[in-house]
Amino acid sequence: MEAHNPQVNTLTTKKAKLNKKKNMMFWGWILIAPTLIGLLVLNIFPVIQTVYLSFHSVSTFGQSTFIGLENYIKMFNDADFWQSLSNTLLYAGIQVPVTVVLSTLAAVLLNTKIKGLSVYRTLYFLPMIAAPAAVAMVWRWLFNSQYGLINLMIESLGFNADIQWLSDPSLVLWAVIIVGVWSSVGYNMILLLAGLQEISKDYYEAATMDGASKLRQFFQITLPLLTPQLFFVLVTSIISALQVFDVIFVMFDVTNPSLSSVQSLVYVFFHESYVLNDKGYGSAIIIVLVLIIMIITVIQLLGQKKWVNYD
Amino acid sequence: MHKKLNTKTKTIIHVILIIGAVAMILPFVWMILTSGKTVAESTMIPPQILPDSFRWENYSTVWDALPFISFFINTGLMIFFRILTSTLFSAMATFAVAKLEFPGKNVFFMIVLTQMMIPPQIFLTPQYLLVQNLGLLNTVPALVIPGLVSAFGTFLLRQFFMKLPDELMEAATIDGANIWQIFYRIYLPLAKSGLVSLAIFTALFAYKDLMWPLIVNMSQNKMTLSAGLASLQGQYATNYPELMAGSVLAIIPMVILYVIFQKRFIQGIATTGGK
Repeated sequence: MEAHNPQVNTLTTKKAKLNKKKNMMFWGWILIAPTLIGLLVLNIFPVIQTVYLSFHSVSTFGQSTFIGLENYIKMFNDADFWQSLSNTLLYAGIQVPVTVVLSTLAAVLLNTKIKGLSVYRTLYFLPMIAAPAAVAMVWRWLFNSQYGLINLMIESLGFNADIQWLSDPSLVLWAVIIVGVWSSVGYNMILLLAGLQEISKDYYEAATMDGASKLRQFFQITLPLLTPQLFFVLVTSIISALQVFDVIFVMFDVTNPSLSSVQSLVYVFFHESYVLNDKGYGSAIIIVLVLIIMIITVIQLLGQKKWVNYD
Repeated sequence: MHKKLNTKTKTIIHVILIIGAVAMILPFVWMILTSGKTVAESTMIPPQILPDSFRWENYSTVWDALPFISFFINTGLMIFFRILTSTLFSAMATFAVAKLEFPGKNVFFMIVLTQMMIPPQIFLTPQYLLVQNLGLLNTVPALVIPGLVSAFGTFLLRQFFMKLPDELMEAATIDGANIWQIFYRIYLPLAKSGLVSLAIFTALFAYKDLMWPLIVNMSQNKMTLSAGLASLQGQYATNYPELMAGSVLAIIPMVILYVIFQKRFIQGIATTGGK
């Protein structure tokens, strides 16, 4: 029957296709609607609003008066801002490489046929699941110059142990770096371990047959093939290091005279916006941080072709 | 790995890994040991390692001094509602992006990726002003609001939905199911492992978040564990045993979850680092 009427047939299928398209569009929009609206209201619009606020003076209840570049001029002349910028960059500059090297080492050692893999993995990951306030508090106690375990251990190794971790301006940032490394090694190790497990064993077998040493295999096979994960770890570690806040907030009281040697950009943002209640100035500070993060990330994305191996 | 390792190499590897493991758990051990000491024991010079007898009273003192029950309830509710909304909404959006063709979907996915790349502090003050204008400061909804939707979740679930075959969709359409039914009855159950991973991440991030609960809920009985613990510090600046008892109480729930869902935690993290 249908074969007699091919024209009607294509017409109905066309219509059906059009209906199907309309139906898909309808459901597509319905399904993304909650997330789309949420992201617009909670994230996209706030970015615009923060830029706006950074050119304003904001009262407690959110009323704002346009003041042009005043917040940025204030920032330029604010010694605290420059100090916190340098603290933040120094923190990231040391914490990230140390974390990446240690997590790579841990991942490589765990990727061997040894017993207890899951026990090690569990323990290394433990810092990641603890509330930062709890973690920072116990570290504060460990770093205590009189009663702390760390100075005791240094002393028992035969060194002078009168180290003022939490008050010596030249040491305070190191205390935060140590906690930062401690809490992120496990997380990055798991990401890198997943990458290592993807590397085919054939490469190593071939290399062993050619007489390549273990060390050489590491640099010629493991490291190049791990570059995609290393790149991911590097980018995300830098981004999160530049946002360091929790540990500083809990380990150092507002009254600590060394605070200026350890406070980060996010700390100053928090302090200006919510302690001193200058949300306009706080917004300007966070805009600068975001720009720094974006520039560093873009440079890394552009630079990845030079060293990252995607097959 | 490849060739069998000899015993000497194995021993060296174990020694290095054990040193690392000790460094990882030492702070927790010290936290627990200190939580059972008297103030005098905790301030001995040189430090006393073990308490003479474990003082459980420190726990009851800190439990009574702070509204810990409220901290647990607030944290629990925040996590519950964030998981509920963000996993459902993310799954809906991901299904649409992965399985449907419609105009605007690429723009939407661009917005998702953009959100993920922007440091979250930039959202903070506008979100705070929003909550303030809604009159929701010092409430549980204030804790939930920034986590109602999740760009990260939408991105994370994508790889789970992409793996599911398109043919399921065609078969179900022929059977007369509409798109919502196809999503809800067929694809959603199949993406379960992805949903569990996302739920774990959501719980962990919400539990660890400090700055947001700190600024929106200043009154103590509306605080989360994280923020409540940070406020404990000011009150008990010198009583370290009680501070440590509070810290132990605050980390116990997540440690229990971690022990139960350990594999999920680790798999979930491993999948986020994919290429």
